[in-house]
Amino acid sequence: MIGLQHYLVLAAALFSLGILGLLTRRNAVNVMMSIELILNAANVNLVAFSRYATGNMGGQLFGVFVIVVAASEVAVALAIILTLYRLRRTPNLDEADILKG
Amino acid sequence: MTAEAAVFWAFAIVTVGSAAVVVFSRTLIYSAFALLFTFFGVAGLYVLLGADFLAATQLLIYVGGILVLLLFGVMLTHKIYDLDLKTETTQLASGLIVAAGLFVILATTGLRTQWMSVPRTPVPTTAEIGRLFLGQYLLPFEAASVLLLVALLGAAMIVRRRRDA
Repeated sequence: MIGLQHYLVLAAALFSLGILGLLTRRNAVNVMMSIELILNAANVNLVAFSRYATGNMGGQLFGVFVIVVAASEVAVALAIILTLYRLRRTPNLDEADILKG
Repeated sequence: MTAEAAVFWAFAIVTVGSAAVVVFSRTLIYSAFALLFTFFGVAGLYVLLGADFLAATQLLIYVGGILVLLLFGVMLTHKIYDLDLKTETTQLASGLIVAAGLFVILATTGLRTQWMSVPRTPVPTTAEIGRLFLGQYLLPFEAASVLLLVALLGAAMIVRRRRDA
């Protein structure tokens, strides 16, 4: 019998993998992919709670909003990465230290 | 094992396995294509949870939009003769410790907590979501549309080449 807790553990695994990618990858596009993993993990949790715990549609509606925010986040982040690449000729995040005093 | 359990485990393996490829692959293109399978797996989980509208949205926006944008990001930030597109990882050991600790905390919290249980019987959700968006959730809906507009303008503003520079 598949229940809420199966989905919670699955989302925890997805979230931890995203955090791992966020901490270890140097390429900015790879970091964006890790952020998408984290957002998807949160969404799985929301939809699972909507199905098993609250009995209403709130979780699914919030999931739609998460997808909207993810789309706009990717657009702006890609713009920043492209500008950075034009400036520095590298997609590596730890070489983007222009603001360092 | 019931059919539901079999389908759940199949999608779970696809999702987590390809997410691991996204994080551990050293070639950027492999990461992007593994992300495709993660998105498909999550969409399958939505179907299993009775969220048919959200599953379709996931496929349209994540696979059709966000993944294509990410592939553009890969393409535009590498020189065209840079064929292998290798990326490096830093601090793998400490990152693994943090991620594993986080997983243990989240998973035990999920397993130990006594969640309230009001199961919703899966029914088609699209009509209901439309009613809620234009009724109870109208203000967040409009705010989301303004957010999309501002993000679009902001992205265009950031990437445009300035004439004086």
